[in-house]
Amino acid sequence: MALAAAVPHGGLLLASPVQAALRLLELLPSTAFWQAVGNSSLRIFGGFLLSCVLATLLAALAAGRPWLQDLLAPPVTVVKATPVASFIILALVWLDARSLSLFISALMVFPPVYLNVLEGLRRTDKKLLELARVYRIPRRRRIWGIYLPQVLPYFRSASSLALGLCWKAGVAAEVIGLPAGTIGERLYTAKVYLQTPDLFAWTAVILFLAAAFERLFLSAVNALAGKVGR
Amino acid sequence: MEIQVEGLCKSYRGKPVLANLTAVFPEGITCVTAPSGTGKTTLLRLLLGLERPDAGTVQGAERLWAAVFQEDRLLEGLSAAENLRFALGELPKEAAGLLEQLRLDLSDPRPLRSWSGGMKRRLALARALLAQSEALALDEPFTGLDGENRTRCLKLIRAAGVGKPVILATHDLSGLEDSPVIRLSGGKTGT
Repeated sequence: MALAAAVPHGGLLLASPVQAALRLLELLPSTAFWQAVGNSSLRIFGGFLLSCVLATLLAALAAGRPWLQDLLAPPVTVVKATPVASFIILALVWLDARSLSLFISALMVFPPVYLNVLEGLRRTDKKLLELARVYRIPRRRRIWGIYLPQVLPYFRSASSLALGLCWKAGVAAEVIGLPAGTIGERLYTAKVYLQTPDLFAWTAVILFLAAAFERLFLSAVNALAGKVGR
Repeated sequence: MEIQVEGLCKSYRGKPVLANLTAVFPEGITCVTAPSGTGKTTLLRLLLGLERPDAGTVQGAERLWAAVFQEDRLLEGLSAAENLRFALGELPKEAAGLLEQLRLDLSDPRPLRSWSGGMKRRLALARALLAQSEALALDEPFTGLDGENRTRCLKLIRAAGVGKPVILATHDLSGLEDSPVIRLSGGKTGT
C-alpha cells in the first residue's frame, strides 16, 4: 500500500495512510460524521442485540424439543450458506433502506448465536439438573446457577464472531440500500467520486467501531460470567 | 414415615441390577451395601424418583428428599455459602454451626474448585443435612474422608435420622453395626 501510494497520482487511486488519517481528522469535528456513525451503529448493533435475544430464546425453546430443532435447521442452514448480497437485494424488495442494515445484521447474527447457545444447552450438566430436581430448586435459580454458567462460554465465542459479521454485512447493506446519513452511504459516495482518502478513513472508522462494540459487549458478558461463577 | 419398596426390578441393557427387591426403610439409618456396580446407586435413584423401575413400586418417592449423590454435584465456580444458597434458597441459621462441626468455614470466599475433595464431600453432606426434607438418600457420603471426619459426619447423619428415614449406601459398614442393612448383589437381595 505504501509503495502504491508513492506513485505520483495525488492519492486519487490509492490514498496513503497519512492522507487517510488527515481526512479522518477533517471528518471528526463534523456533525454529519457523528450522525452517520450514530445511525449505522444504532441499526447494526440494534440488529445484533435483537438477534441475540431472539436466537437465545429460540435455542432455549428448541433445546428440549427436537421437532423445533428440526423445524429451524433448514432456515438456519439457508441463512448460513446464502451470500449476504442475495439477502440484501431480496430484503430491499420488502423493506425500506433505513431498516435494511438492522435486518441484515440480525440475519447474519442469528445462526452462530442460535447454534452455539443450543450446543451449550445440550451440554448442560445432567447431574446438576438432577440435583435441582431433587432439591426442588426453582427455575430462576436453575437458570442462574446451572444453565447460564454452561451457556455463557458458547454465547461469548458466538457473539465475538457475530459482532464482526454484523458490521461487515450491515455496512454492505447500507452501501447497496443507500439510506441517508449512514456510513454505507458515505462509503458509496467515496467510491463514486474516487475519494480513496474518504474510503480508507471510513473503513478505519468501521474497524474501530466493530472492535469497540466487541470489547464493550464482551466485557458485559465477562462481568455476567464472573457473577455466575464461570 | 417409613418408605417401602415392593417387587422392585431394574435392568440396564438386559442385565438385571435389581431383581424383585422388597424392603422397608424405617425412620433412622438403613444401610444399603453391595459390591461396586451392583445396584446401590440404582436403588437410591429409584427412591429419589430419578428413574422408573421396570416393575414394582416405591412408596415415598413423592416425599421431600435431600440427597448426597455419588458425585459431589457442587457448583465449582461458587463459594460454599453461594452453593448452599443455590440449593436451599436462604441460608438456614444453623448453617454456620453445622459447617463448623464439619470443619468447614461458611465465610470462606474461595470458589470450591480450590477446595480439597474431602472438603467438597463434607459440604455436599452439609447441603443435604441443612435442606428441609422428609427423607435422606446418601450415596457413599464418606468417600474421600479420613477416619476422624467420617466419625464426625456419621454423628451428624445419626442426628438427622431422628424422625425420618435415612438410606445410606456404603461399602464400609464400620460404626453402623446397629443399623439395619440391606445387602444387594447383582440382582439378588439379602437382609
